Amino acid sequence: MKVQTPLMQVEKLSVEFGNKVRAVRDVDLTVYEGETLGLVGESGCGKSTLGKAMLRVIEPSSGAIRYRGLNITDLRGTVLRSTRAELQMVFQDPFGSLNPRRKVADIVAEPLLRARGADKKTARETALDLLDLVGLGREAGERRPHEFSGGQRQRIGIARALAPGPRFVVADEPVSALDVSIQAQVINLLADLTRDRELTMLFISHDLGVVRHVADRVAVMYLGEIIEIASRDAFFAAPAHPYSEALLSSVPQLSQEPRERIVLEGELPDPAAPPPGCTYHTRCRYAVDKCRTTPPPLAEVQPGRSVRCHLPLIAITERPNA
Amino acid sequence: MTDRTEPRRAQVGDGRDGEGREGMSLIQGDSQPLLSIRGLKVEFDVPGGRLPAVGGIDLDLGHGEVLALVGESGSGKSALAMSLVGLNRGPRTHISGVAALNGQDLVAKSEDQLRKVRGKDIAVVFQDALAALNPTQKVGTQIAEMIRTHQRVTRKRAWERAVELLREVGIANPEQRAKTYPHQLSGGMRQRVMIAIGLANEPAVLIADEPTTALDVTIQAQVLRLLKRLQTDHGTTVVLITHDLGVVAEVADRVAVMYAGRIVEQGTRDQVLFAPQHPYTRALLSSVPRIDGPAQERLPAIAGSPLSGVDRPSGCAFAPRCTFAHDACNSAQPALIHRYGMPGQLDACVLGPDREKVAVS
Repeated sequence: MKVQTPLMQVEKLSVEFGNKVRAVRDVDLTVYEGETLGLVGESGCGKSTLGKAMLRVIEPSSGAIRYRGLNITDLRGTVLRSTRAELQMVFQDPFGSLNPRRKVADIVAEPLLRARGADKKTARETALDLLDLVGLGREAGERRPHEFSGGQRQRIGIARALAPGPRFVVADEPVSALDVSIQAQVINLLADLTRDRELTMLFISHDLGVVRHVADRVAVMYLGEIIEIASRDAFFAAPAHPYSEALLSSVPQLSQEPRERIVLEGELPDPAAPPPGCTYHTRCRYAVDKCRTTPPPLAEVQPGRSVRCHLPLIAITERPNA
Repeated sequence: MTDRTEPRRAQVGDGRDGEGREGMSLIQGDSQPLLSIRGLKVEFDVPGGRLPAVGGIDLDLGHGEVLALVGESGSGKSALAMSLVGLNRGPRTHISGVAALNGQDLVAKSEDQLRKVRGKDIAVVFQDALAALNPTQKVGTQIAEMIRTHQRVTRKRAWERAVELLREVGIANPEQRAKTYPHQLSGGMRQRVMIAIGLANEPAVLIADEPTTALDVTIQAQVLRLLKRLQTDHGTTVVLITHDLGVVAEVADRVAVMYAGRIVEQGTRDQVLFAPQHPYTRALLSSVPRIDGPAQERLPAIAGSPLSGVDRPSGCAFAPRCTFAHDACNSAQPALIHRYGMPGQLDACVLGPDREKVAVS
């Protein structure tokens, strides 16, 4: 097994919004160097908030963020700016995040100028190289965002994120707004880039099919908490948390034979007033009395696999400190 | 009514000959299409010319079937559906052709005539329920109004029916929920309200335009189960417009695949999804990231992007993106006919079954 070096770590991270809504609740999560970690969950589960808090786009209300061992939770000024150059984000809506009045070359060059203090000529050259790299060609630099299709705009967004030479990228639903045929192009591009540039990526998506194709590991969130973390293959072969199981079962599949599905009843509880005990017990088909009163910890049930459940769906091979 | 039909069926079952005849007449009855579309075109005036959103379509819809209209953005699937209910009529829209619902041409109807049909014989459920619902009215009132538009019933009776409909679409506490406003409901709940409005007058055809696209998968599963139940319990014919091939596999009986305003392949669910003929259908199916089967490191992507402008090639619109394209593909518009597929399966590709060049049709 190859040695895993933590690149980005959050410890007991919480993000609170108004009305006491804790969008992210005491999350511990490590992203290892060179891996792509898929973060999945339904809308409102806090996955996007967690991704933004990691990069301090949203300020956490408590907890710590460590990047390469350095606590960046309270960094300010120049140090924060130079650290940020290594931490970039790709957004879902490439149009909303690209300034329509500016030329594409300037949009891509901007983070280089700002974060790295590069001179204009170098920044522009790098921008044009990147546009070429993401498959748009250098001549795309002279055009403006509206002249591009959705998939092409997402390529511009990716080029911009790459400009300052990041080591860690948070991609927040980067292909969700794209058509299937275009989605595959962008997924392949992201795979090539992460490999060639040795990027570490947090890939946030509600689409489990997409995550299966890009992620090395998968983390599932429910009501602000991580409820399962596992390797990609282990997760898709046999999810260990009942919510993961229901989530996978809900995905409409291209299978010829009709299959048994678990259709979850009810809706997501109000995040402002999460249920006591295990927050999932209100929708869980396996819930017992203990689940209604005692919150389960996120416990390692197999090497590299953790589940927040009193009754995980897999045999426990090893439980350290149990 | 049920009392009368039950014994009759039992009688038919007694005599073997009778059963055979009854079975045959049923099949004949079913083969008479409920909705028959011929040469339907929808064009929009846009800066720079006329956009052929729907470029001449023939399509039949059977009684009680779920037909999935599949395609990517700009393929014309929504424009086609909206033209059936006259919701995209306007000075810049040009609709021609025939769309006969039970023999009545919807395209030829005036707006006033169409208003009598819309919601009663043919109804639409939109993707964005929040935009389609009136924010200032209780959801129960909105359903009741739809009932009273087409039926002569008292306010009280319409309200009761509204509550019943909310229960039917799986909303808990329908008496209470009927009194709430759209913004007080979750996305999944609003989508159910939209379906309840669509069902208010028990239409023969329900058009559902990306009804689950904005929903989370667990809620999507609930809504899909509901759509399927409409078909089995009420015999409602459903036109499901979607880009999600997984959704198609779950609920559709028949599938029509659209590309650049035309149907490029059509057949049963099993034919189109599991024995696809057209290169576009094949490429689309293989580019879907799946949660089953072997995990591929690279997804087979379709190069280029769909046509979006007013200019259309004289030949096959997919040819510029097609791996197998020959000169023959660019010479004429390929017809949607039965070629090498299974019986009843149609496709619009002039290439042979092994994608070699064959005579143009």
